[in-house]
Amino acid sequence: MSAILEEGEAERLLAQAIAGKLPDERGRFGPFGGRYVPETLVPAFERLEAGVREHLHAAEFQDEFRRELRSWVGRPTALTYARQLSERWGAEVWLKREDLAHTGAHKINNAIGQALLAKRLGAKRVIAETGAGQHGVASAAACARVGLPCSVYMGAVDVERQAPNVDRMRRLGAEVVAVTAGDATLRAAIDEALRVWVTDPDGIYYILGSAVGAHPYPYLVRELQSVIGEEAREQMLREAGGLADAAFACVGGGSNAIGLFYPLLADDTELIGVEAGGTGSGLGQNAATLATGTPGVLQGSYTIILQDNDGQVQETHSISAGLDYSGVGPEHALLKSTGRVSYISATDDEALEALEELCETEGILTALETSHAFAAARNWAREHPGKRILIGNSGRGDKDMPTLTKYPAKVRSYAAA
Amino acid sequence: MQPHERITAAINDANDGGRTALVPFITAGYPERNTFADTLELVAQAGDVVEVGIPFSDPMADGMTIQRSSHEALKQGVNLAWIFDEIDRIKDRVDAPLVMMSYLNPLLAFGYDRLAARAAETGVCGFIVPDLPFEESGELRAALENQGVGLIQLVTPASPDDRLEKLGQASRGFVYAVTITGITGGDAGLPGGVDGYLERVARLSPLPVCAGFGIRSAADVENVGRYVSGAIVGSALVEVLENDKDPAAFLATLRGNETPS
Repeated sequence: MSAILEEGEAERLLAQAIAGKLPDERGRFGPFGGRYVPETLVPAFERLEAGVREHLHAAEFQDEFRRELRSWVGRPTALTYARQLSERWGAEVWLKREDLAHTGAHKINNAIGQALLAKRLGAKRVIAETGAGQHGVASAAACARVGLPCSVYMGAVDVERQAPNVDRMRRLGAEVVAVTAGDATLRAAIDEALRVWVTDPDGIYYILGSAVGAHPYPYLVRELQSVIGEEAREQMLREAGGLADAAFACVGGGSNAIGLFYPLLADDTELIGVEAGGTGSGLGQNAATLATGTPGVLQGSYTIILQDNDGQVQETHSISAGLDYSGVGPEHALLKSTGRVSYISATDDEALEALEELCETEGILTALETSHAFAAARNWAREHPGKRILIGNSGRGDKDMPTLTKYPAKVRSYAAA
Repeated sequence: MQPHERITAAINDANDGGRTALVPFITAGYPERNTFADTLELVAQAGDVVEVGIPFSDPMADGMTIQRSSHEALKQGVNLAWIFDEIDRIKDRVDAPLVMMSYLNPLLAFGYDRLAARAAETGVCGFIVPDLPFEESGELRAALENQGVGLIQLVTPASPDDRLEKLGQASRGFVYAVTITGITGGDAGLPGGVDGYLERVARLSPLPVCAGFGIRSAADVENVGRYVSGAIVGSALVEVLENDKDPAAFLATLRGNETPS
């Protein structure tokens, strides 16, 4: 396997991606992707792939999915003009408000889609992993909605830093299992969910929460999340009077970014994914996978990962649990190597500053994950004055309150003035 | 004889001697990095084929015991180059053919051609790669076969007959029959229906079949030995080692009432 594209290959693959021809029959986005799973799961993945092929684009499934998105998720989500932020930045800033979707983040688009699919495929129960807890909450809610029992695997570290979401999942009827193995964050939670799936590949449906893992997940999740970019594109044309010069989205596994970017690939919009720069550039201090990683196989897919010279996957650090992951979706690996999307990072501190600025200027408490996209967009706006910017506001920040208590809010007094 | 044929021959020899072949598994460098070579030598005297586990950060097909051993070995700085060097050092004292069990990424990082060459040099005759299904295995298989080193296929109770047949044909050395639908180290014992499954695998496989996952006692070895050629013992042996007990004595108990030939 070689991750270096030959001359002319980048253009050819990008054209294929834009034409909707990727992944190919083997689940590949150029060199990336594929299906690296234990033999026990091979028949389950083949069934899932056949199920996706049969249902995902069938009218009956699409009708049901679109109806749930409209009447239960609350789509389309708003496009908000960020007036004060625009003034401050010297730009024209528009926000695609996935924080307004039911359960507070884009994760619900994928969760309800896969829950409906699980039902059609005759699953007896559902498992899901979660990092920030948003996918766990979304899966719990979606499973309650379609009537399937749901178990959510969550790293013990994340259980602690995202406590409000743990309680929400339980109230929505899910079982929450704290995973102490490995690094006790998102990667360990995915490993554990895979181990559980292996025990009953026939009865269990695994709702994977990001555009990562073995084929067909990166494809399935992209298709379910593309509603973000499809709506945003139409709303920009209608409400902003034209497409954006640049679009920003945060990237952990990369589901909200691929959802926003995929429908914009053919446009002139510059696409910028923002990873977690953590506390520094050293291995283990960040989760800037695409910026600093190398090709390898992690959790089912050949992609870019953070690893040492021996192929051992490295632990990551980010203030945001949802970006704290050592891999990234294989389609992002392709989009990076074709040059269509650039990937940069924002540090913990920059994200915190951006979060505060958005609260003060627009009255929106955004998620710590999403704050990374704002931080990068602000820097970009400084260097590109007067441009039109679209930011994927992927989730709301209520679930980050336990983390934010460590960074006390300003105490203000207006009466004295 | 090609390296992968040594594996098959060792299993056949055991069967010819009236024994079920015993395939002990150890995690390289666990519990102690500095005792790996000695432990391997000791275990190789008791086993017909020895499986050496390469530690990996994300052992997704393994239960708690192998996860623990894997993470601990990594903490002690064990890596594939060091493991090959250690094996190289004692290879003249090890008769049993060795196979390596590794997740794909450490092999990918090492480089497939370098891997195959180093395996051939050190007497490693085969590889078991739990996260590499047949469909993705072409590149590694080709590199190994250049050196006569085998890629051993796993089959499971979830594999339909046509797939069993395909995997049996593709495998080299032996066919690894996973006994349970689950991860390594289960203590629930062998599941009901294992007899029919193992009989089916043995019937459809052109190579000797060794059963693994959940084998902990002489009774388990005897049980699977009725249908297949060998028994793989992993987590139970790793637990013996981490409790500082004698691996040779434990492996001898697995022979049960069999009389050594």
